[in-house]
Amino acid sequence: MAINIWKYASPQTFYPLAGKLAPWFLALAAVLAVVALYIGLLVAPTDFQQGNAYRIIFIHVAAAWMSMFIYLVMAFWCAVGFVMNTRLSFMMALALAPTGALFTFIALWTGALWGKPTWGTWWVWDARITSELILLFLYIGFLSLHAAIEDLRRADRTAALLALVGAINVPIIYYSVKWWNTLHQGASVSLTRAPSMASTMLVAMLIMSLAAWMYAIGASLLRVRLIIAERERGADWLEAGALP
Amino acid sequence: MSWNSAGEFFAMGGYAFYVWGSYAVAAVCIAGELWWLRHRARTLRSRPGLSRQP
Repeated sequence: MAINIWKYASPQTFYPLAGKLAPWFLALAAVLAVVALYIGLLVAPTDFQQGNAYRIIFIHVAAAWMSMFIYLVMAFWCAVGFVMNTRLSFMMALALAPTGALFTFIALWTGALWGKPTWGTWWVWDARITSELILLFLYIGFLSLHAAIEDLRRADRTAALLALVGAINVPIIYYSVKWWNTLHQGASVSLTRAPSMASTMLVAMLIMSLAAWMYAIGASLLRVRLIIAERERGADWLEAGALP
Repeated sequence: MSWNSAGEFFAMGGYAFYVWGSYAVAAVCIAGELWWLRHRARTLRSRPGLSRQP
């Protein structure tokens, strides 16, 4: 049996679906986070170079990956919105931005707390760190530009343009440690070679990233419902009982 | 298990401030976002005559 995915491109049909799915994603995120914390904080051994300061990695890497990934998904929805002219795509982009900004902030914050004991400084204007800060400004810029334009259609399109242009920053963040001589270390995990860390550490990091992923989906589904409910105010299908 | 006691676990080998500071801020951020989403949903529901307003 074929499921018609286009059916869910309309806010009216996506709204109840998002409401059904969101709690499952959030519950899964919670379970995965507990497993990752258990392995990362209790089972994984102390690092021979960094001592226990390295345990920041479990949040830092998960948050940093998600900050870049969410941005790409957001830019993807903006592109879909431009090409297909679907309202829901722009709402998805708008729903993702705050969660993306949150993960970017967590990545920067934990990076500072990790930098102090290992590099001796909270902050350096290093290519990786500076481009991650620009990512935070892009998220904030996207949200404030959207909020500043009264007409929703124009707000959607103008902010989407900013998101698309800003997408160039994501590969810059990712490859910054290769292209420039940075204080920030290179990738610990890559598809082309064996990871440079103990397997329990790696497992905890991957499970935590999966938890962050599930959380981001759950939170943005909840937010897209709010956006739909706010925008479709007055629509017949949106009865008071169906509100988020 | 890589710890001998709870005290050793919380001390994080002298890095308690950095490690727990990271985890605490992440937890606060996530709790804050979920609270904010709930708050927005409540405000939306409590607005009177919502379904018929422009």
